[in-house]
Amino acid sequence: MLARRNLLVGLLLGLIACKESQPAPAPSATEAAPVLKQDEAVSLTGAGATFPYPLYSKWISEYNKLNPNVKINYQSIGSGGGIRQITANTVDFGATDAPMKEDEAKQASGKLFHIPATIGAVVVAYNLPEVTGTLKLSSEVLVDIYAGKVKRWNDPKLKADNADAKLPAKDISVVYRTDGSGTTAVFTEYLGKVSAEWKEKVGVGKVVRWPTGLGAKGNEGVTGQVKTTPYTIGYIERAYASQNKLPMAELRNKAGKFVAPSIEAMSAAANAVEMPAELVVSLANADGEGAYPITSYSYLLVYEDAKDATKGEALAKYVWWGLHDGQKFAKDLDYAPIPATVLSKVEARLRELRSGDRKLLSGA
Amino acid sequence: MSVSQEVSPLIRPRSKILTRFGHELNWGDFVFRRVTASLAMLMLAALAAMAAAMVYGSAESLSKFGLGFVTAQVWDPVRDVYGALPFIYGTIASSLLALCFAVPISIGVAIFLSELAPAWLRGPVGFLVELLAAVPSVVYGLWGIFVLAPWLRNSVEPLLARTLGFLPFFQGQQRGFGMLAGGIILAIMITPTISSVSREVLRAVPSSLREGALGLGATSWEAVRVAVLPYARSGLVGAIILGLGRALGETMAITMVIGNRSEISASLFAPSYTMASVIANEFSEATGSLYLSALAEVGLLLFVVTVLLNVVARLLVWRVGRLPEGGSL
Repeated sequence: MLARRNLLVGLLLGLIACKESQPAPAPSATEAAPVLKQDEAVSLTGAGATFPYPLYSKWISEYNKLNPNVKINYQSIGSGGGIRQITANTVDFGATDAPMKEDEAKQASGKLFHIPATIGAVVVAYNLPEVTGTLKLSSEVLVDIYAGKVKRWNDPKLKADNADAKLPAKDISVVYRTDGSGTTAVFTEYLGKVSAEWKEKVGVGKVVRWPTGLGAKGNEGVTGQVKTTPYTIGYIERAYASQNKLPMAELRNKAGKFVAPSIEAMSAAANAVEMPAELVVSLANADGEGAYPITSYSYLLVYEDAKDATKGEALAKYVWWGLHDGQKFAKDLDYAPIPATVLSKVEARLRELRSGDRKLLSGA
Repeated sequence: MSVSQEVSPLIRPRSKILTRFGHELNWGDFVFRRVTASLAMLMLAALAAMAAAMVYGSAESLSKFGLGFVTAQVWDPVRDVYGALPFIYGTIASSLLALCFAVPISIGVAIFLSELAPAWLRGPVGFLVELLAAVPSVVYGLWGIFVLAPWLRNSVEPLLARTLGFLPFFQGQQRGFGMLAGGIILAIMITPTISSVSREVLRAVPSSLREGALGLGATSWEAVRVAVLPYARSGLVGAIILGLGRALGETMAITMVIGNRSEISASLFAPSYTMASVIANEFSEATGSLYLSALAEVGLLLFVVTVLLNVVARLLVWRVGRLPEGGSL
């Protein structure tokens, strides 16, 4: 134990010696931050989005191996539930896919920071037994399919982009998520961004009034319907499509290129969009040659001023770890890591976390 | 009526507590009675608290939409406009459809098990039927997605459309998922409830009735029809009500197959939506006070519909019980 403390002190001294060195090392518990004792047991609870849940649960188990005294419990009850619970102070951190609205933020007891934690993509999966190649969809056609205007697979608009494919003369069976979900929010955000008519008539949200189609519950429900029903199209999180080996359509992005939903294409979208100071931005229909257009950040919600300094410090360190060491787990779980340019802004924001007058990440 | 006068003066009462029939009551009975009564009250209190909480939770929606909530058909969280008619329709229609399938099957199973089956078969078959009630509803739902819906889409619905397509019930796109699939799933789930209660009811019919009918030269079918069923009628209605209650409240399995679209359509092929499903689907992600309030009001409506249907059913039992040719239990 003593050796470890010496090591930490040494690290800190080294840090002071080479002021503001790159890359920023993780803050460490030393004499400079006396609130959280080395072995003090802390338990944190979080609640919110289901979309990044596989990644967060991986983070929690990995972080717990490194810091056995910190127990974290994350309940994937949905973004709406996460926002409600952090607002009511029943959990230590929230998580949401769609950023909080202003009136929601007003109900919180303090200022909530949005911390972009990972990047995910929503893919358009389909079941076309006759088509062997990858389906290509322009934003206009995708909007028209979900608006019920393109009804048949051999519609001339679809044929125009898929000259090589043998599109069948069958009805398109459209499937959407019926339960409120960040996935729907991300997908409709994209549809609303590429079509003014969609934005006006249907709108953007976690639950919308779909002009056509069938509702399935959860990503697993949509996946099940696409998998079992020929001539179906549905939107799901990337992980569900890749794990179930469903074909994913290439979408035409803003630059006019057809792009498959690869991790690189998700990163390209994130790199193409400048992150503003409030750390909340939409990646829908992003610029950039290689950008996949239905990409989104997923956020953690943390109070700027922690009521409990011990918990606040433990949480700040966990989030810091997740955004640095935790990012290497993203790719295997179908998420894209946070780009370096964004990370430096997030680091600055995490250093602002405090409990009363005391900064929680004093070691950094 | 002063009961104390009826107590003989020769007997010294051990306690002064008397029942309303004038019998003396010992302390054990007194405590037992009060404890069980308070447990019963607790259930009533829980029911009242539930109703109060739902009215309180839906206050905003009640004042904003009023009665229009029950008659409006548009449910649009983006614009904060809420109408629950498609959910009410979907709930009642799917439950009644389920009864149409489940009642003949269940009563048939019950008659077979109580009247006709050889003794060695009754136990195992009855046990297997009841086992169906223990299958979790998510399993039924998954079976619905992967087996039932494809089968309906590929075989049943095309057949119905070919043969009975002139009826409005069998028209439109055949997708497998929809009202028909929802009704069938519910029917499978409520069959064990109805059949096991019905079997107990039929068993309670005195053998003398059967023997009398058979002795007069009735066939087994005639004995069941003339002697057993009329006697058991009110109990059978009770069993059906129990099944209906389960169908109305079922959430998970039906959500997975009914198509979840808030539209009213006469076609059994068309997707529909139930009250329980919309709460389960949207509550966890709902933000905004009017939205939450509208969902609470859907819960309140489900409560009201369930109570109303139960009242109707009780009246039915009461009426059936009073019919001259029918026996009563």
